[in-house]
Amino acid sequence: MSSAAGIPALDDASKKELEVFLEQEQAKAKLQASIHELTNTCWNTCITGSISSKFSKSEAQCLENCVDRFLDSSLYIVRQIEAQKQQI
Amino acid sequence: MNVDMNSRKEQMKQQISQELAIANAQQLINKINENCFAKCIQKPTTSLTSSQESCLSQCMTLYMAAFDQVSRSYVARISKERGGAGIGL
Repeated sequence: MSSAAGIPALDDASKKELEVFLEQEQAKAKLQASIHELTNTCWNTCITGSISSKFSKSEAQCLENCVDRFLDSSLYIVRQIEAQKQQI
Repeated sequence: MNVDMNSRKEQMKQQISQELAIANAQQLINKINENCFAKCIQKPTTSLTSSQESCLSQCMTLYMAAFDQVSRSYVARISKERGGAGIGL
């Protein structure tokens, strides 16, 4: 079962295992990409003052709420569009 | 033969995980530079001033704290939406 370059070939079970593993890693990559985007958005929304050694109270509060409100907005917009679609 | 194949498989997995971790770190570094440059270097001069450098290092720490906060909130929200099933980062 050896291939050309002396690299052992993989049997079907191993290929399947790697496929599943790759899918999990891709899901992880997608999640990480979303977190980078969200951090960027929330940073720009919440950190409006100049930089000091720590966040101001309102900045920290804003960051804490930012993700949940962003996702609420997303759900709200989808619901609005659904509702409008039904009126046509 | 079987041992060979297994170690090859594990090696591939490790390599994939490592590349993903590197890509993630690079993305974070790029975002930090993008946002902290905007915050700290309003007017580029011939070199970085010491106050710009101290702004950059404070900004790095804060951006990473924001990243942590966002990760925690996002993962918590996803678990909640999925009915409490936990997911690993």
